Formats: sequence, C-alpha cells, structure tokens
Amino acid sequence: MATAYTLEFEKPLQELDRQIEELRRSSTERGTDLTKEITALEAKLAAQRDEIYLNLTPIQRVMVARHSRRPYTLDYLSTIFTDFIELHGDRLFRDDPAIVGGWARLGGQSVMVIGHQKGRDTKDNLRRNFGMPHPEGYRKALRLMKLAARFGAPVLTLIDTDGAYPGLGAEERGQSEALARNILEMSVLPTPIVAIVIGVGGSGGALALGVADRVLMLENSIYSVISPEGCAAILWKDASQRERAAAALKLTAGDLKRLNVIDEIIPEPPGGAHTDHDATGEAVREALLRHVGELRKVKPDKLVRRRAEKYGAMGAYTEA
Amino acid sequence: MAWFKKERKPRTPVRERREVPADAWEKCDGCGHMDIRDKFERALSVCPECGKHRRISAEEYIELLTDEGSWRELWSNLRSEDPLLFESYPERLTKAIAKAGPADAIYTGIGRLDGLSYYLGVMNFAFMGGSMGSVVGEKIARLARRALQKKRPVVLVCASGGARMQEGVYSLMQMAKTSAALAQLGLHGIPFITILTDPTTGGVSASFAMQGDVILAEPGALIGFAGQRVIKQTIGQDLPEGFQTAEFLLDHGQIDDVVPRGSLRDTTARLLRHMQGARARYEMADAV
Ligand SMILES: [Zn+2]
Repeated sequence: MATAYTLEFEKPLQELDRQIEELRRSSTERGTDLTKEITALEAKLAAQRDEIYLNLTPIQRVMVARHSRRPYTLDYLSTIFTDFIELHGDRLFRDDPAIVGGWARLGGQSVMVIGHQKGRDTKDNLRRNFGMPHPEGYRKALRLMKLAARFGAPVLTLIDTDGAYPGLGAEERGQSEALARNILEMSVLPTPIVAIVIGVGGSGGALALGVADRVLMLENSIYSVISPEGCAAILWKDASQRERAAAALKLTAGDLKRLNVIDEIIPEPPGGAHTDHDATGEAVREALLRHVGELRKVKPDKLVRRRAEKYGAMGAYTEA
Repeated sequence: MAWFKKERKPRTPVRERREVPADAWEKCDGCGHMDIRDKFERALSVCPECGKHRRISAEEYIELLTDEGSWRELWSNLRSEDPLLFESYPERLTKAIAKAGPADAIYTGIGRLDGLSYYLGVMNFAFMGGSMGSVVGEKIARLARRALQKKRPVVLVCASGGARMQEGVYSLMQMAKTSAALAQLGLHGIPFITILTDPTTGGVSASFAMQGDVILAEPGALIGFAGQRVIKQTIGQDLPEGFQTAEFLLDHGQIDDVVPRGSLRDTTARLLRHMQGARARYEMADAV
C-alpha cells in the first residue's frame, strides 16, 4: 500500500514501496514470478525503515506522534481491553467526545480507562474536536476517576491531545478550573493511577489526565509544555522554526526519562506504532499489567503519599 | 496602614529606581484622566476618575497585604537552573534578576494581616512575565508544606503569563507539584485564598490560581486559560467585549468575587478570620 509512508522523512521508503508495488503489478499482469525480487526489496525497505526510525530527530518524532494512523484510545480499548462499557457525560453540561472513558477489563480485572480520543476522519474529528477537550470532558474524566476510586479500581489514562481546547465556550465554562481541579484531585486520588502518553502529550490538557503513580510513554510519543510551533512563534516570532524548538524543548520519551519525569518507555514496532496496532497494543498491555500489579500491592494512603513525594521532587533549582 | 506612611523605608527595587518626583503628572490610560502621581499612588494606582486598576508591583502587594514590619521573606535563596540547556535562558535569567530582583517570579514569606499570621506568596510579573518554572513551583510547595505544619492560612497573589517555556516539561510539572502540596491544605482544614491580578493565564490559572477555597480577582484583570491571540486564531472570529476579564469570570461563576484594590486587604483579612475559625482566633495571639 503506497500510502503507508506519508511523512516527509519517509520519502525514501515511499520510493521503495512504489517499486515493490510496480513489481507486484507486473508480476500479475505478465504472470512472471518476481517473488525473489519483491522479497529482496521488502527486506531493503524494512532495513531502511528501521534505520530511519532508530535515528528520528525530535521534530520527526513529533510527526510520528501526530500520525493520523496511530492507535488512539478506542483502538486500545478494542485490542487489549475486554468488556468495555463506555460511560458518558459530566452530569453538568454535556458529553465531550474528545475524551472517552468507562469500565473495562485488563487481564480479567476491572479497571477504569480514560483517554483523549481523536477522530480518524474529518467527520469524526469534527465530532471529537480533534481530541481537544472542553472543560466538560475533563469533568467527566474526574467523575470516572472518583467512581473508580470508590470501588478500589485502578485508573488507566491514555494521553493524546494537542491540548485543552482554546475556545469561547471552553473559557466560559472554566477550562482553567477544570484542568486545575483534575490535577489537584488526581494528586490525592486513593487508587492506583497509571498514565501512558500514546501520542501527543500537549501541556495542561495532557497533565489533567496525567498525574499518576506511574507515567509511561510510547517510544515515539512526545510530552511538552507547549507545541514546537507555539514555542517558535513566541520565542522567535516564527512558527517555521519548529525544528529548532522541538529540539530545545526536550520533548521526546528519551528526554523525559532522562529528566526523571516519566518511569518507562514502551517500545514501538520498528516503523512506529501506526504500522502495527496489535504489536503496539501488546507492548502497552504488558507494561500496564506489570505496573498495575505492582501498585495494587500498595495501600492507598501510601500510594498517595508516594505520589506527592514524586511530584514534590520534580524540577531543577539551586539554593544560593 | 503602612501604605500611606510617607517615611517608610523603600523595600523594593522598583521604588528605589523611581526618580520621578511625587508631583509629576500622570495620565490614566483607561479614561485619559490627568492627575499628580501622588494622587494615583495614594489610591493604590487606581484611577480616581474611572476606577481602572493599573498593574502594581509584587512588592506593593506585599505591603498592601501585611501589617507593617511583619513581613519576613522565606526561601529567597532559590535560583533557577538551566536543566534543558535552553538557548539564551541563562542570559534571560541574568537580565530578569537585574530587572526584578533575585527572588525569581514569586516572593514567598510569612506576615501578619490585622494581627493574624499567615503565609503569603506574591508572583512577580516583572520577572519573566511571572512565568512558572522550578523555583516558583518549589517555593509554593514549600509555602504550602510550612503552612500545613504551622496550621496557618495561605494566600497567593497571582500574576503570570503561564509556564516558563525554557524549563520545558519541568515547568509543566510544577502545576502538579504545587497542586499536590496545596491539596493537603484542603484535606486538613487550612484556609487557602487566591487573588488573581492582571494577568493570570496559562499554567498558573490552570493550577493553583483556580484552586483557592476562595478565589478573588481585581477589577478588569485578564484571567483565562488560553491566550487571546490563540483563541482568535482557533475560532477565526473576534472575541466578545470583556472576554476573560475578572467580571466575565464572575458572571460565569468561575470566581467568588471581584474586589477593588482598596478593599482587598480588608476582604482578605475578614475571609481568613471566617475560615480560620475558632482555632485560629485562639492561636492568633502568639507571635510567629
Ligand atoms: Zn481613568
């Protein structure tokens, strides 16, 4: 499928893909067996893809994290969770489809899964507001977290948003308050919380689902206080400087691990999560089971105390 | 009230740098009203004609909200690092310190208000736009922990454009760090008031600014999550008049009240007395 490689830095792969496609076509048209040639080209493609993905620059990772074929929350809910029952609404204003959540089973155990949800096509994206929640989305998320805590179920959040939506209604209904409340309440929620950045961890809108006992990131996901474009526009009055900003912001999974902000990097398949949803899901499932298993052994009050200590230690300063 | 005492010794770099005589003329950029500087100052930089609140310095808020001689600054020795080796951050920090003093974007300390001792944090917008980096986060976390330990209320005066971009994800994590520390106040019955001044936006508004037991705002202050330019770009239309002002937030049920600067001290003191309850009244007597 020629369209599998759509990113700019995937141009060489696109070309190889095109050649393979051509060989396949002529093989069927002329009835000649070109299996050997095709296999060789496919091997070359795989090797080159692995090579490229092993050495992604920060801005390239941003592109992969935003890839429109990347697995989203609902994909994980259908691949690695069972018995999912979606729960809607914040009981105050409306249901925000930019965040989905509900009861599900992971390895047979009941958990509360909450995640940002982007749309797969334009129509879906309009409904889901490109995964950028309004306050009611965050309020629904908090409602579900408290529900989980009431029954001692772990909360698993999947983070994938460019940010909380900057719009009129969002401001009128208190976007700041919604984010602030989630961040505060999550810091003392008496049940295990595991957060995974599965795509884009966009600032406060990501953190409002991201205060957790364990924070994991998929290998090609990003987590940042501001988008590279936004940073470039503010610092250098030039959004095209995003490559420079992406490097400066230290927003890759490797960077965040080095900064001690996250606990673990979940490896992606060789060509990125978008090339193999099942393999990605399996890696996520393994990590979730392991972390939830560990956290279940800790009493809630101790969990909350450790969580506060963890966040209390974040940052870098000196005492003069 | 300390504010009106002419002979007080200047405690602020801002005031020290002022070389304009007190009888110089000033113009209100709200209504064009002209008056002598001294008159503006006596009115706490509120226009006597139209009531427009000019921004005042962090040092002036400290003076406004503490009994004379009661303020003691804490943790003034914390300094920002450059954890990401972000280009020109060290130079910007050096400039900010020269301009706004070494306390980074917030002063923290203990003071008394009408005799009641409490912990006060005042953000300093003059220091890199009041942006929240690791030092701001650490100082607020320490303030909250100390207040919890001493069972004294906390007041935070907010003024910030948001996160300190140059500290990347660390600045984002300060939202969680401050929240985790302040959450303990609520769980232990320690009153916490926030006062939102012009401007309070971004990561600060989406964390501690909106977490107060009581949230007050100054008239006309710009308060919101997203920047107006970003919102305009996103929705592709002009913003309604008065959007994201303190009055707009009051209308939409987001804050408890809009309080003119002249009443801020008294309102804060009365709120603290209400919330601190019997135990505080009992403990009020002993000095810090
Ligand atoms: Zn005026």
